[in-house]
Amino acid sequence: MSVVWILLPPLVAAALAGIPLKRSLAPGATVVSCLLVLAGASRLAWRVAAGDPVGDALGPGWSNWVAVDGLSALILFLIALVGTTAAVYSLGYMAHGRPTPGKLRLYHANYNLFIFSMLAIPIVAEPTLVWIVVELTTLCSALLVSFDNTRGALEAAWKYVVLSLLGAGIALFGFLVLFAALHAGGGGAYTWAGLVDAAPRMPAFLMQTAFLLILIGLGTKVGLVPMHTWLPDAHSQAPSPVCALLSGIETTTILYVILRLFPVMQGVPGAHAEKWALVLGLVSAGTAAFLLLQVHDYKRLFAFSTVEHMGIVLTAVGFGASAADYGAMQQIVSHAVTKSFCFFAAGAVLLAVGTREISAVRGLIRRAPAAGTALMLGGLGIAGAPPLAVFLSEFVILKAGLARGHYFATGLLAVFIVIAFFGVMLHLNRMVFGQPEGPVPPDTDGASLPFSCRLTLVLAALPVVVLGVYIPKPLHDLLAQAATALIR
Amino acid sequence: MSDATRELLQNLNALAAGLFLLTAFGIVATRQARGCLQLFIAQSLLLAASAALLGLRFDSGHLYGVALVNLVSKPIIVPWLLRKVAPAELYTRREIDQALNIPITLLIALALTVGAYFLGVPLANAVGPGYHGPNVPIGIAGLLLGALTLTVRREAMPLLIGLLAMENGAFLAGVSIARDLPMLVELAIATDGLIIVFIVGVLVRAVDKQVGTTAVGELASLREGPARRSGPGADS
Repeated sequence: MSVVWILLPPLVAAALAGIPLKRSLAPGATVVSCLLVLAGASRLAWRVAAGDPVGDALGPGWSNWVAVDGLSALILFLIALVGTTAAVYSLGYMAHGRPTPGKLRLYHANYNLFIFSMLAIPIVAEPTLVWIVVELTTLCSALLVSFDNTRGALEAAWKYVVLSLLGAGIALFGFLVLFAALHAGGGGAYTWAGLVDAAPRMPAFLMQTAFLLILIGLGTKVGLVPMHTWLPDAHSQAPSPVCALLSGIETTTILYVILRLFPVMQGVPGAHAEKWALVLGLVSAGTAAFLLLQVHDYKRLFAFSTVEHMGIVLTAVGFGASAADYGAMQQIVSHAVTKSFCFFAAGAVLLAVGTREISAVRGLIRRAPAAGTALMLGGLGIAGAPPLAVFLSEFVILKAGLARGHYFATGLLAVFIVIAFFGVMLHLNRMVFGQPEGPVPPDTDGASLPFSCRLTLVLAALPVVVLGVYIPKPLHDLLAQAATALIR
Repeated sequence: MSDATRELLQNLNALAAGLFLLTAFGIVATRQARGCLQLFIAQSLLLAASAALLGLRFDSGHLYGVALVNLVSKPIIVPWLLRKVAPAELYTRREIDQALNIPITLLIALALTVGAYFLGVPLANAVGPGYHGPNVPIGIAGLLLGALTLTVRREAMPLLIGLLAMENGAFLAGVSIARDLPMLVELAIATDGLIIVFIVGVLVRAVDKQVGTTAVGELASLREGPARRSGPGADS
């Protein structure tokens, strides 16, 4: 069976969601399609982890357009995982505001198209086509960001679209230069694998230009500092399940495209892609850590933490050691599961208290125990407290950095991680355990948190806790496979 | 093909590229929204012309395809789509206060163009002999001027045109250095441009309805700081 079929369920679900019926098919169709995609992606990831070559299953002639290796399988699996949990969460969460049936159909149609465009990124092997699906992720999610139709949501969606597309324009030129470089180097297939093969023959000047253009262009959409300004807006104004997708997995999926260039650049003499990654990664992690201290909106808090985590992943890749690459892959996994959980928790808090202001929320543990506990777990998880998933992956990265001899960069990264830890905990601690000013409103938690949201919170918490103490063998194999894709 | 014909085609291409640069400057500085759109259409026609001339010069079927796609999608479908989805307000706007005044903006544009020359010429030379021509430096200039338009303008129409002009700039360089890009990719990129117009149009309509302005660049309520947001439903 070809991997292309995995793109079919979201397309069908998007079409079904668009049908105007009295009783909407949309939410059910979304969940079923996500489950199908999750099953397909798990099977694929399982086979890749077992060392089964997947590319051969495709017909001849496909290999110039579609290819799957460890790295793609990992990203594909994470998209499917977060897509499914967010779809289940949406069931109750989106019904809460009593949207009109038309609005709900629009949400689910866009949701499925967004999932479709993200799934296409790791599958497609032709870089310019990848660029197009990256554009599609922006365009399909723009109306999800503006879904609430408030002034803030519209402003966030506008900034998101304009800055992402600005970056995409720069990246497009980068991909065209990359194509020109391939031809100047004697030609070959314009795919990720073809580029790796042809890299030593390609002119170094063109390659460096292309790499920097793509790093800056797509880095805008990943949220790397200083191109991150749109990210906290979009990732806080969107409905919470959409935030989970945007922050948990979309940023990583775009980062995947940048990571694809590293094995290519290792073949180019004097290219120093790793140094750029190290500098940009540390700048992102550092800036985000300090910005975390001064937020006033708890969804923006998690958004800035995404910028920090993207910086950590890029820094890990910049260390240029295979152990650090493994750590980067592990960080991608732990970030995806933890950050999506954080936004589910933030959504539960928002349903309970109705405000995003940190200063307006105190004593959550008494007022809304379920939401408060989830928020605390999410905060500890994302800040990197032991023994949760992020702690383990950050530990692996720091250890690999020291082993490779990057003492200064590793030290700096450790400092930023600690500052970010305090930033996150400072705010969340007050929200959850702080002394409420004035009378405590009655406990509304049980009534206001829909069943599907509670179910998602429990399910999504599992990997956050488990992956901190135990990495299953298939996942370990998959991570190792993915890490080898980063090395020439 | 005789040398004289080749020479002529190359000169005509240089003329098209030169006029392309002029339209890029025009887009940065034109106050009227409608004028911006017309300049963009002219720019797309010049891009198509450049692709066709280079196609003739290098006998490349791909480039004829690029010319055709550009000829159909941008001058015809983009204005039609805008009329369908965007509020009519968009056309009638005249921008008074840009972020920077026009002389300073044009000076920055000039500096960017000079910078594009110094990046573009070595880039074209690195691709190989036979690629020197005005397309790469002017394409980069078009890209940068589009980005400049995005930073200094406030009205929705010039911002949208700035986005599309960036893509035009990338392509003007692309038709010279990436001549045999698969047709599928060309078509997909053209479709993508149309989706951009559609989504931006829908967003502008929503902003116009909700906030009552098409000067979307002036929306700036989201930032770090204590609750300062006002307006209906700022928190939801």
